[in-house]
Amino acid sequence: MEAILFYLLAAVTLVGTLCAITARQAVRAIVYLVTSFFALALIFYLLGAPLVAAFEVIIYAGAIMVLFLFVIMMLDLGHPEKMQAPRLADWWPALLIMLVITGSVAVLAVARQPQAPGGFTGISVRQFSRALFQQYGAAVEIISMQLLFALVGALYLGRRR
Amino acid sequence: MSIPLFHVLILAGILFALGLGCTVAWRANVIMMLIGIEIMLNAVMLVFVGASAQWGAADGQIFSLMLMALTSAEVSLALAMVVYLHRRKQSVNTDDFDSMKG
Repeated sequence: MEAILFYLLAAVTLVGTLCAITARQAVRAIVYLVTSFFALALIFYLLGAPLVAAFEVIIYAGAIMVLFLFVIMMLDLGHPEKMQAPRLADWWPALLIMLVITGSVAVLAVARQPQAPGGFTGISVRQFSRALFQQYGAAVEIISMQLLFALVGALYLGRRR
Repeated sequence: MSIPLFHVLILAGILFALGLGCTVAWRANVIMMLIGIEIMLNAVMLVFVGASAQWGAADGQIFSLMLMALTSAEVSLALAMVVYLHRRKQSVNTDDFDSMKG
């Protein structure tokens, strides 16, 4: 049951991302990407990470994508004639990279049999937060300082001169 | 949990390839390049969460949370930069910013 759901969600994620990177307009790309991130959040939930799934929906699909949408609307970039779509000559290096990576993944997939997963049921919020604030307290402090620096930098870049 | 780690890794690899392809193909547009970077970082988060599920430890999930904080900081700075560049030259095309005059 879980495995079938995982493969369905993986297909939704891949198709959504593929539509996003080939979309002609930035707004459509963002909406496809939100779909793909919702499917990815469900995959995180299936992998036993309910907190990461919730943060994926709240921060990625909720905050970051809306920030992108906000900037696109504010700078009025929604018109397709303003966005130069890549020509075929722009696509072939990207296609080459994608082919090399997917080909190597396929070679690995053929060569190795998947091992049976262990009996894992998921990590509760209690376990997660205990590890986060006891074992990785210094990392939390460093990340908070990084967010502060990003805030100061964004304020500096956005001021009127 | 009945999903093998190997299939999660395959999905993450293909997602990463798609993000890299997006960044390379749309190299004339800053916003689509940023979207490609988002896709790549999501693939990395998927690897961390899958590994955390395989070995039953919380560390992978914690690092995916750190990655999320890093991404939000990066996106806020990058979009502030996009607004700044658009205010200077009325464009988000990278070819318009090829001079290094300060």
